[in-house]
Amino acid sequence: MKHTISVLVENEFGVLTRVAGLFSGRGFNIESLSVAPTLDPSVSRMTIVTRGDDRILEQINKQLNKLIDTIKVTDFTGQDYVEREMALVKVAAEEETRAEVLRIVDIFRAKVVDVTPRSYTLEVTGVPTKLDAVIDLLKPMGIKELVRSGPIVIGRGQ
Amino acid sequence: MKKTGSQILLECLQQEGVDTVFGYPGGTVINIYHDIADYPIHHILTRHEQAAVHAADGYARTTGKVGVAIATSGPGATNTVTGIATAYMDSVPMVIITGQVPTPLIGNDAFQEVDIIGITRSITKHNYLVQDIKDLSRIVKQAFYIARTGRPGPVLIDLPKDIQVASAKFEYPEKVELRGYKPTYSGNARQMEKAARMILASRKPVLYVGGGATGADASEDLLAFAEMTQAPVTTTLMGMASFPQRHPQALGMLGMHGTYYANMAVTNSDLLIAVGARFDDRVTGKIASFAPHAKIIHIDIDPTSIKKNVRVDLPIVGDLKDVLNKLGVALGERPEELAAMVDGSAAWRTEIDDWKSSHPMGYQASDSIIKPQYVIEQLRELTADDAIITTEVGQHQMWTAQFFSFSQPRTFLTSGGLGTMGYGLPAAVGAQAAFPERQVIDISGDGSFQMNSQELATLVQYKLPVKIAILNNNYLGMVRQWQEMFFDRRYSETTMELPIDFVKLAEAYGATGLRATRPEEVGEVIRKALATPGPVLMEFKVDREENVMPMVPAGAAINEMVLAS
Ligand SMILES: Cc1ncc(C[n+]2csc(CCOP(=O)(O)OP(=O)(O)O)c2C)c(N)n1
Ligand SMILES: [Mg+2]
Repeated sequence: MKHTISVLVENEFGVLTRVAGLFSGRGFNIESLSVAPTLDPSVSRMTIVTRGDDRILEQINKQLNKLIDTIKVTDFTGQDYVEREMALVKVAAEEETRAEVLRIVDIFRAKVVDVTPRSYTLEVTGVPTKLDAVIDLLKPMGIKELVRSGPIVIGRGQ
Repeated sequence: MKKTGSQILLECLQQEGVDTVFGYPGGTVINIYHDIADYPIHHILTRHEQAAVHAADGYARTTGKVGVAIATSGPGATNTVTGIATAYMDSVPMVIITGQVPTPLIGNDAFQEVDIIGITRSITKHNYLVQDIKDLSRIVKQAFYIARTGRPGPVLIDLPKDIQVASAKFEYPEKVELRGYKPTYSGNARQMEKAARMILASRKPVLYVGGGATGADASEDLLAFAEMTQAPVTTTLMGMASFPQRHPQALGMLGMHGTYYANMAVTNSDLLIAVGARFDDRVTGKIASFAPHAKIIHIDIDPTSIKKNVRVDLPIVGDLKDVLNKLGVALGERPEELAAMVDGSAAWRTEIDDWKSSHPMGYQASDSIIKPQYVIEQLRELTADDAIITTEVGQHQMWTAQFFSFSQPRTFLTSGGLGTMGYGLPAAVGAQAAFPERQVIDISGDGSFQMNSQELATLVQYKLPVKIAILNNNYLGMVRQWQEMFFDRRYSETTMELPIDFVKLAEAYGATGLRATRPEEVGEVIRKALATPGPVLMEFKVDREENVMPMVPAGAAINEMVLAS
């Protein structure tokens, strides 16, 4: 089962490698990982999407907590949270497909952030499944490049 | 007044109460070595950095204090790796200090540069690269704190050369502030209440004790708890010395080379109380058949150890001393129920006694050839109760565990988790440095001995009177045993073809060498060695193809033992 885990870590030298090394060294899988500082610059937040059964998730949780640089681990699975991911998609825009691309942009409330005579670069934000849907629709036009941020999450309420 | 980085480091060591360090100099630690002479810190120069780390490990395991080792960058640092991994697997508190190339050169493939932080990340509890002299004393303080608290372990500090020569004001922080590190010491009251109820309801309890009992210095608490419940006690290799092995409740070791009765007791128990143990595969054998009828209570300071390998019915995270004491109090408050439980498990104790008498630990004695087990028994017989025993890895290690009957905590130093050949001799260096007056004996194999035999020089130089007992079978015996049992007796690369004259080797270093080739010489050689001042190497020419029995084949259930014929 898929789990989205948020980890607050000391913004220290090498902390990303510690977390990544923990996953690879113990055979846990990482589907995506995003990292950035929080409001407090001495703390970074990592959002990790992983898969595993209950036993593996319990180990992941405990092993993350065991790292000295880990301040807090939250598994959002089963909790009420808002999830967003962003994709930048460079899609071919030939004479005959330009209108169709813009229509998709419109429907999914995406944005065109760069235009060239032969391509559009789109910014799409939403839950990962929405991004999947947009990408599927754009595929027939010819996706030249795709960059996804990996999801980030935040709990609802206070 | 300002001090240099290397002086600040040494000041910090002094503040931490470090009296002895083990190490080996080189270019990037030359400043530390220059300054160390000004401090009341005894430095022992081993002959290899791996040995320096094992020696610090031996010092830590015997004293319970943090062991300290120093090595230079590059090859010095890489040589420490096996020592660090050994300590990590066995939860030994240590601080390892490595020199590093100057910060502006880091990442440039400078001379003797290695990324030791990257290399040791997965074998240390934590590690630090010091990037600013202002951080140095805080880092050293944290390193010692992390090494000795919670589940202990090695911490490495990589100290670049330019930081050793820079200067700053020295101030040792009073407190450690680590918001991400707060070990749980006190067992959860509700969990302990549940545990007490499970214990009172059980009729076939077994205590399964691991190295955590030593780490927590919980031997006395364990003994009190065991006697209160009358539960039989089996220990892992790492837990052996934390429970007196001649105690009537002792079942000896469990697992691959465990006793018949320990493995049978675990398999038939209705309640297994794991105390500072981690259900290693050498202990459990086939997981699905491990303690199939038992509820499992798992007490450990490290939450990651719990439910890692086996299902657990009741986890208790906490310091073993605290938890065992509180459990004892909880049971003591219900004297009638406790009496009913103790009475109710009388049949269980009889069952165990029957297993003990039907399948006692033993071996085929001989009066024509030296049996390795006999040497171990004689060593036990002739050494003091508080003698410190170290071992290498192999058959001799298992025979030591099976036949030495340890009676005091912190007297058995062996590489349990990593199984590092070459551990015993340098660990003995550390133990003897910590306790100059006690008997320290390295029980060794002919193969393992050659992995760190250069440490004979350290023994002689520092007048460390370690006694070495080599059980010489001219084989990598443990591997040969597997080849005999599971690989059609093809002794591929396990015969030590070149017979070494170990007596002469000892003499070449300026130590004493003794040899026994017949059983009647064994006692005599041991007595003579113990009476001889300074380091002595004893070589025992033992029965070459003796096997360690019982044995649970890899992957089998632990009650499916191959027994001695
Ligand atoms: C550093 C290292 N290399 C290899 C092994 C694998 N190994 C385990 S026991 C053993 C044989 C040890 O031989 P010896 O020291 O003579 O002891 P014996 O089994 O003969 O008592 C070997 C090679 C190991 N444990 N450690
Ligand atoms: Mg041998």
